Order: sequence, then C-alpha cells, then structure tokens
Amino acid sequence: MSEEVKLMKGNEAIAHAAIRSGADGYFGYPITPQSEVMETLMAEKPWETTGMVVLQAESELAAINMVYGGACCGKAVMTSSSSPGISLKQEGISYCAGAELPCLILNVMRGGPGLGTIQPSQADYYQTCKGGGHGDYRLIVLAPASVQEMADFVNLGFDLAFKYHNPAMILSDGVIGQMMEKVVLPPFRERRTEEQIRKQEPWAAQGRTPDRPRNVITSLEMDPVVMEQRNLKLQAKYAEIEANEVRYEAINCEGADYLMVAFGSMARICQKAIDLAKEEGIKLGLLRPITLWPFPTKAIAENAKGKKGVLVAEINAGQMIDDVKLAVNCSLPVEHFGRLGGIVPSPEEVVAAIKEKLM
Amino acid sequence: MDVNEIIKPENLVYRKPTLLNDNTMHYCPGCSHGVVHKLVAEIIEEMGMMENTIAVSPVGCAVFAYNYVDVDWIQAAHGRAPAVATAAKRLNPHKLVFTYQGDGDLAAIGTAETVHACNRGENITIIFINNGIYGMTGGQMAPTTLEGMVTVTCPYGRKPELNGYPLHIGELLAKLKGTCYVTRQSVHTAAAIRKCKKAIMQGFENSMNKKGTSVIEIVSTCNTGWKMSPDKANVWMTENMFAEYPMGDLKNE
Amino acid sequence: MAKIKGAITVNAERCKGCNLCVVACPSDVLALQPQKVNQKGYNYAYMANPDNCIGCASCGIVCPDGCIEVYKVKL
Repeated sequence: MSEEVKLMKGNEAIAHAAIRSGADGYFGYPITPQSEVMETLMAEKPWETTGMVVLQAESELAAINMVYGGACCGKAVMTSSSSPGISLKQEGISYCAGAELPCLILNVMRGGPGLGTIQPSQADYYQTCKGGGHGDYRLIVLAPASVQEMADFVNLGFDLAFKYHNPAMILSDGVIGQMMEKVVLPPFRERRTEEQIRKQEPWAAQGRTPDRPRNVITSLEMDPVVMEQRNLKLQAKYAEIEANEVRYEAINCEGADYLMVAFGSMARICQKAIDLAKEEGIKLGLLRPITLWPFPTKAIAENAKGKKGVLVAEINAGQMIDDVKLAVNCSLPVEHFGRLGGIVPSPEEVVAAIKEKLM
Repeated sequence: MDVNEIIKPENLVYRKPTLLNDNTMHYCPGCSHGVVHKLVAEIIEEMGMMENTIAVSPVGCAVFAYNYVDVDWIQAAHGRAPAVATAAKRLNPHKLVFTYQGDGDLAAIGTAETVHACNRGENITIIFINNGIYGMTGGQMAPTTLEGMVTVTCPYGRKPELNGYPLHIGELLAKLKGTCYVTRQSVHTAAAIRKCKKAIMQGFENSMNKKGTSVIEIVSTCNTGWKMSPDKANVWMTENMFAEYPMGDLKNE
Repeated sequence: MAKIKGAITVNAERCKGCNLCVVACPSDVLALQPQKVNQKGYNYAYMANPDNCIGCASCGIVCPDGCIEVYKVKL
C-alpha cells in the first residue's frame, strides 16, 4: 500500500495517530492552543471503529486522574493540554510516576506565567524536565519539531511508556500544534484485548484471578525502608532510560564554527538560520534534542568540541541552557537567545544573536 | 450442651467472608470502616465478582482498604476516586467498579469529581463514609461536621458564620439526573448492617445493569475523632448525626 | 418447640476490645476480659455467659474486625 500524504495541523495529527496507535482512551479538557486534539477525536468517533474511549472531563484534574485510572487497568491512555492545564495535571502526573504507570501526556506549550497568553512558548522546559509535580521522578520527554513528528511520537511515546512503566510527555508548542504540514499517518495497530493485557501487564488492576494475589496500584508506602527501595528502583530505571533512550538530531555540526542547541519549533527556525548565516559566511551547526529527558548531554559535549561558542535558542527566558552549560562544562562560551510573551523569533534574529553574543 | 459440641464446622452460621483477608486492620477499635469493608467483601463474594472487580480507595483512613479486601485495587489521589473510577469503568464496561470514600475526600476536595461523575451517570457505585470529621489527619472539621460540633480545627464548635453549614452531599447528588440510587444507611446495629448490605448490593447490581451512578452514604462513627468510646459514639450518632442526616433512600429509580 | 443453642469463638488476637459485640448481644452473653489482654494490650471479648447464647450472630455482624465466628444447633 502506498503512503498516504495528508495536510493537517499538529494537533489533528496527534488525534489521528492516537486512534491508529491502538490507544484505549483519551481524556481531556479544552484549552487553547490544543483543543483540536479532542475536537478531532470527537469528530472521528473512534469508539465506533477501534473502540477507543474519548471523554471530555470536567477539569484537567479529572482528566489526568482518568488517565491514572485507565493506566492502572493496563490500558493505553492519554491526555493533552496546554501549560496552565498541565500545571493542574502535575499532581496526577506525580501519582502516575510514583505508581509506575505507562501513559502519554501532550503539552502544547503557551506563554506564562499564570494565564499568560495563548501564543506559543517553550517556557515549560523546567516544569517538564526538572520536576513539575512533587517527588523524585522523571518523565520521558519527546520534543517534536514537525507535524510528522507529532504523529510519530504518539507510537513512540506509548512504546517507551509501556517499556519502562513510566509516563511519557510529548512537549510541543503552539507553533507545532497549530501549523499545517504534510504528514504520513502511521499504520493502524490493534487495541489489546483483555486477555493480552492480563498476560502482558500482569501488574494491572483487571480483576483478581484465583491464581494470584490482589493487585494494588498505589504510590503509597508507610515503611521508609521499603519506600527508599521503591525510590531506588525508580532511580535505577531512570538510569536505564538515560543509557538507552537519548535521541537527537545533529544538523551541519561538522565543520561549523558555532553550535546552536534548540528543540521543537525553535529548532526549525534555527535550521533556517543555518542557511541565512551561510550566505554571510558564518558556519552554524544545530543540535536538536529529540528527547529532552533523557537529555543528549554527551552528544552536545562532543559536538561542541572545537566550536567557538554555543547559542541555546529557546522560546523562553533561558531554561534548557542550564543543561547545555552542564554538558559542555564551561569549556566554551554558552549564550542564550529567546523571545518571550508568545513572540516567535525569526531566523534573522537568531543570526543576529550569534553575531552579537558570540562573535 | 457443651460449647465444644456446638463449635463444629457443620454448625457454623456466621464468619467473616474469605475475601476479607487476615491482615489486622489499622482502624481504631470500633471503627465503622471495618464493618463496611466486611460487607463489601461479603457482597463481592456472594455475587461471584472477584475476578471482575476493580475497587478504588481514597485518601483518608480508608486509603489502606486495599490491604484487607482481596480484590484488585487502585489507590486514587485525594478526592479523585470518581474520576479514576470513571476511566476504569468506561475502559472495562463489563467489570464492577466502585469507589470507597470518606467525607473529606468525597465532599470537600473531591466535590467536583463526585458531582460530575454522578452527573454523567457513570455506571459505578460510590460508597461514602460520612462520619462528619477528618479521621486520618487527626480529627479536623469536614464539610459534613455538624453545627456546634467540636473538632481540632473548630475547637469552639462549628459556627455557620465562620465555617458554613453541614454539606448534604447525598441530597445534592440525588438531584442529578445521572444518579439512579442514592441512599443513606448506617452500620451501628445488626439490623442496620443487614439493610446496608442490601443497599450496597443494589448499588453494585445497578452498576452492572448500567442504570447510572449509585451512591451509598453510610453515616458512621469516628469514635477517636469524636473522643468517645465506640458504643457511646453509636448512641451519639443516632441522636445527633441522624437528626442532620436522616436515614433512608433519597432516590431509588 | 425446638430449642436453639449457640456458641461463638473470638479471635482474641484480632479483637480490639471495642465492646460493640457486648452491646449488640441481646442475651447478655458477651463481656470484655476484665483482666486478660491480648498481645496488643486489648481486653478482648469472650463468652461470659455461654449458656445464654442463641446463635443470632448479632455480635459477629457488628464486629468491625471480623473476629467472631458463630455456631448454632437446634436441639
């Protein structure tokens, strides 16, 4: 069968990819700029085709706790929101991480703090990669830079979430969510049957059979000795993810004089900046983290070697720059460039920042 | 006739259900939770639903309900049990899904989740323990605390001008079109316990027959929080709690 | 008329001495041990007047800790 190319928004691609990925459920609450996810799902009526449940919850709190409930049953469930809504979901995300539940969360970032703006931003990097909810936990964070990656990261996100029994987040932004691009949707995957779930997820709450003790899904443990062991198990898992799952793209890095580090929509802008700078005789390379956690620390260190400086371009006041500085360990100048308030920078501004800050 | 001649397996007429396991319960002596746990275990056993039950425990004293009733449990974040149960049921429509929540969990922090799950008519049963106080955290005021009742956060008695009024969440939920059965029960006597068992069973049957949400409010004692002996707490409950929260069906359709 | 006789056993280690079974008993069979305590230090319930037991199971039903088993014979 030949590939079918479609034109759609990033948010719509997420919805179509979710149906095709064999997801069992989506639970959401409307918020700009990601409402098309649920709107598309409702229009597609997957409950009539694949049997996927789609429900508009009364709040982001309810939506993430529905995800928690579905994940506890071993189901492939997801939610989506944008920055203020993701803040509300943090409690539930922490519970999912604590109970080691696979699930997928999409954040189509907008500017903050507070109600902020409905325009694009990347200001939730700290929240996503450095904490968010309470406790020592990590999310697997995927940063798509195209509508195609929005579609592809649904399967990838679910696969990683189930491989490591950990919540995965697609950290997108208003640009990628709203822009229309051509996309090839992934092929259909079957939803799992109850028998398959019972076999593949024996830990899940599916109803206790006489051959096993009851399954209890909880993040609670009163004995500090046992709780420490649980925490250490989480840390060991995170170390395994860091060892196995780092993903990034290195563009034009060899022979470049300056390295840019950028993710998501900002990486697309930086790609254009490479071409603009070339016309002026400035050789720029770009390292695009695809996984923001685990962070491509080694790749950044290696690609920064021999460069004159690093520009970390983010649509925020400077968040990922902390991790880039740690990666290069003060071996060369690292500067930040970003715009705030929902302003999306131009490639010209990026080139100007290189000249101003590093040359 | 000697007692030892009577105590023989063939003469057994009552014992705790097998699904209530042998773990010693963490509840205080005389706590109503134990009786309700026993009823839940009995009913699931009698309905033969063990393999198809997903239970949701709250935050509060009953957070550890999962240690005692031998079915699969999900422990929910504070107040979110109805949202958790919503997904569990919608994704597993042929299973029995119920929540077990106290008044702080259900009627304070989880009011929105409770009201909306009931309003959607989720095919779940909500078992609601109303003892008018926060037990786990040490006896603070609940939305259901009676006027004038002393707790550690209203040490001079609940005053409506300061703390509002006892919340009649049962009556509120009965008004919603999504609920099919809202009843108020108690477990302070053998007769009340038998009635309560029937009510929970009806709730579970409603859930399996897709009739909508069933809410079984059980007015209970918290003798430690109330600072009385268990038997005195039962008397105080009948005299004071029942006056504010009268027994009986609020809705049965 | 057939006479009914009952008897109960109390899981003394599980019992928390809450006294609810004592209050629930219609025949004044039960009491809390006046002196003896279990491992947890509770004065546990026992049949103080075993001859009065009619096997009605009220004690077992109200017991929050599921400590009581009830037996009954028709004489």
